[in-house]
Amino acid sequence: MAGNEPGARPRSPHLQVYKWTPAMAVSIFHRISGDGLAIVGACLFLWWLGALAAGPDAYAAFIACVWHDPDAGAFHRVTNILGKIVLIGLTWAFFQHLFSGLRHFVLDAGAGYELKTNRLWSTLVFVGALTATAATWLYILQGTFNG
Amino acid sequence: MGNGTRLGRVRGLGSSHHGSHHWLQQRLTALGNILLVGFLFVSFLRLPMTDHGAVLRWASNPSVALALILMLVSVFWHLRLGLQVMIEDYVHGEATRLFALVILNFYAIGGAAYGIFAIVRIALAPAALGPGGM
Repeated sequence: MAGNEPGARPRSPHLQVYKWTPAMAVSIFHRISGDGLAIVGACLFLWWLGALAAGPDAYAAFIACVWHDPDAGAFHRVTNILGKIVLIGLTWAFFQHLFSGLRHFVLDAGAGYELKTNRLWSTLVFVGALTATAATWLYILQGTFNG
Repeated sequence: MGNGTRLGRVRGLGSSHHGSHHWLQQRLTALGNILLVGFLFVSFLRLPMTDHGAVLRWASNPSVALALILMLVSVFWHLRLGLQVMIEDYVHGEATRLFALVILNFYAIGGAAYGIFAIVRIALAPAALGPGGM
């Protein structure tokens, strides 16, 4: 087993051995965003779904912890901020993984391997994910402030 | 390793006709995720998320409940495959890797079961009583 040999070469994406380029970055961020969604996103979704099924009180407790508590103590003031940071992070991870995944479908079809094309689409994945995340949260916060 | 031919030395160590199985399932569940998580994402933006009654009415609609169950199957299948590759790449040592894969399967199957059970409970709860206890 390669991993058991002392001083063995890394078997897979170990960041320290790669030169950072857009294509390499989009690849490792596909993994980071996917793992984030798989662990943090899935657990938060199950927590929300369980609270929804458990009834109005459990749901209100979930909202008060993650989103907004009308009479917030110090603890909920902190978790309300943390909750929004996590939700913004998950939104970004969702778009990053979605756009990067669509890029993978194009690559699977055998297209987009020319150096310049590959560089362009890799860069656009990052730009698109950040733009979509910003647009989503402008929409959410605008609705929150206007009522 | 004996001194057989090069082919003989690797025969039986490979994927033997199942090499593309994992890859293909990752793509098929990805397509499902685009549709179903996309639906969830748009729903989240349109729903009054802090209103328990409104969200519950939405989730107990049979079409929505079905879409949510399909989404849980597609997402948890997809994340099991994805996290499996991550573990295979970064977790070294036979025993540790096997243990991590066992935990992953518990998480993926347990998480999907919990989510599906919650949706069934929401969708099938008698309207007058309302769901309670989860």
